Amino acid sequence: MTDATEYQQPELVCPAGTPAGLRTAVDAGADAVYCGLQNVTNARNFPGLNFTLAEVEQSLAYAHARGAKVLLAVNTFPPAGKFRLWRDAIDGAAKLGVDAVIVADMGVADYAARLYPDLRLHLSVQAGASSPEAIRFYCEEFGIKRVVLPRMLTVAEIAELHQQIPCEIEAFVFGNIGMMAEGRCSLTNYVTGLSTNMDGICSPAADVHYEEDAARNLTTRLGDYVIDCFACGESAGYTTICKGRYLCGAQSEGYYAFEEPVSLNLSALLPDLMRAGVTALKIEGRQRSRAYVKSVVSAFRKAVDDIMAGREAAFASLLALTEGRRETEGAFPSKRWR
Amino acid sequence: MEIAVADQQSELTLGPVLFNWNPELWRDFYFRIADEAPVTTVYLGEVICFKRAPLFDTYLEAVAGRLSAAGKTVVYSTLAEVMSKQERRLVEEACANPAALVEANDGSALLQLRGRPHHIGPFVNTYNERTLAVLARGGACNICLPAEMPAAAIAAFAAEAEKFGVTVEVQAFGRVPLALSARCYHARAHGRTKDSCKFICENDPDGMPLRTLEDKPFLTVNGVQTMSHDYLNLTGELADLAAMGVTRFRLSPQSGDMVSVAAIFRAVLDQGIDADEAAARLDALNFGAPFSNGFYYGKPGHSWNRAEVS
Repeated sequence: MTDATEYQQPELVCPAGTPAGLRTAVDAGADAVYCGLQNVTNARNFPGLNFTLAEVEQSLAYAHARGAKVLLAVNTFPPAGKFRLWRDAIDGAAKLGVDAVIVADMGVADYAARLYPDLRLHLSVQAGASSPEAIRFYCEEFGIKRVVLPRMLTVAEIAELHQQIPCEIEAFVFGNIGMMAEGRCSLTNYVTGLSTNMDGICSPAADVHYEEDAARNLTTRLGDYVIDCFACGESAGYTTICKGRYLCGAQSEGYYAFEEPVSLNLSALLPDLMRAGVTALKIEGRQRSRAYVKSVVSAFRKAVDDIMAGREAAFASLLALTEGRRETEGAFPSKRWR
Repeated sequence: MEIAVADQQSELTLGPVLFNWNPELWRDFYFRIADEAPVTTVYLGEVICFKRAPLFDTYLEAVAGRLSAAGKTVVYSTLAEVMSKQERRLVEEACANPAALVEANDGSALLQLRGRPHHIGPFVNTYNERTLAVLARGGACNICLPAEMPAAAIAAFAAEAEKFGVTVEVQAFGRVPLALSARCYHARAHGRTKDSCKFICENDPDGMPLRTLEDKPFLTVNGVQTMSHDYLNLTGELADLAAMGVTRFRLSPQSGDMVSVAAIFRAVLDQGIDADEAAARLDALNFGAPFSNGFYYGKPGHSWNRAEVS
């Protein structure tokens, strides 16, 4: 039997792709929701997603009335000469009184810290700060209050890190897992001319093409390059370069050179993460449906509450929501993943 | 018509060897660079995988000495991806000598180099003038921009850098770094993990080719790094970059004849040989992959675009 007192009550941080999605997440039990503006200032700059400043304002009122926080992601990297858009995003966030801004770029962080010393800053996973020294650099330079950790550390490493940094830790627990270090990947730009770092775009839908042959085999392409081929009936993940199949001399046929199309699901490791000193548990998926958000957030709400009350947490329903219905604990359980 | 000859102040630099080369070949490569290559600055050190560093460590001092004796500035590059104890120790060691000039490739090096003159490598996300101000405040004196920066941003950045007395460097030749990961894809291709890799990457001095299922060349695996298949070639853009205020052009080492590559780039800068002539001469060195320059034009990175005639 677990002793509930050894756990710290974590904040459940949930995705909001739209104002309606935000309300869904709050109603399902989110402690905080994160969202972005409808432009290149956030790393999920997908068509049909995200918020206007007016919508952020309305959403803040909705969330605050129900005791939930709203975090605004301004987590891309402004190219020189175009800083104004990011500055406007920070100005807007400060004016509306969002609970925190999630930043990645040193220049954006510096602007926010200097102009709005009371604005709480979280360091986005896009900043790629994966060591105590790197995290301390951001804390000392910009007064970062929380770091969102890259999805490459083991639980043991997170526990150790917790002792060595002066800020809170937020860790991903569920959703799509990119294989490349966030904020350090130009693969989409290499193929499409749109940058993940500068434009907030990964694998843009307009460049994804599907071709089905007579035998119903499906070929997926991004721009000029084939990313994968699926035999009839094989379940196809979303077309991203880091989850494609390729040929190389060491393999006899096409293989997943980087990772299989799987989703991250750390539900079984929740108690360990909570013991490791993780302040906030993050669910990925601003691009997902409201039904998805409702199911995942509800399941995690119940699990966290169960663990805090000393009960066994159950998660059977989550597998159906993972990509290709396949899940992984990624890097978190052991170094063998690397 | 006037031939655009770039600023004579333009310097060529040699980036760190990003691949796992046999230690003796590594040493001999740098000895030849010291003796023959028209580069002013040479970056040394392991940037990709901490496990490789001890392999050539024994020759590091001899190589640095030979380069310095030849009048070249030696800069030590730090690891790009830093997480484990061993990785952190490697960065700490690189930053420990206060007399050495170090190029930071991640946030942990930034912390340790703060307050003394240092370089910023292309693996630090330096995209804009405000980030430049933060880094200059910390002591940065030279910044190598990320490979994906388009021309307009490079121009705006370089104009601002001049005010801070910071020199700007861009990669102009070699496979383009595209992504980093915690996982080793070299090991994965061979059914191993990073811990059990047995240095399988040593068999691929220019990285391991990945082809699409249609057998089209696409990417190059270099341990935890993913690179382009093609070779960046900015010979046609050097004059414009120099006019923007970029003063350093980085040649990223490949196993081919880098001394000749440096000579060709120097000829473009000094004699104004045109892009077609430069491309033909580079082609004759048989690197075995096409050229690209797409990022500069804000187009797909793999694409090859002709410089606009000015």
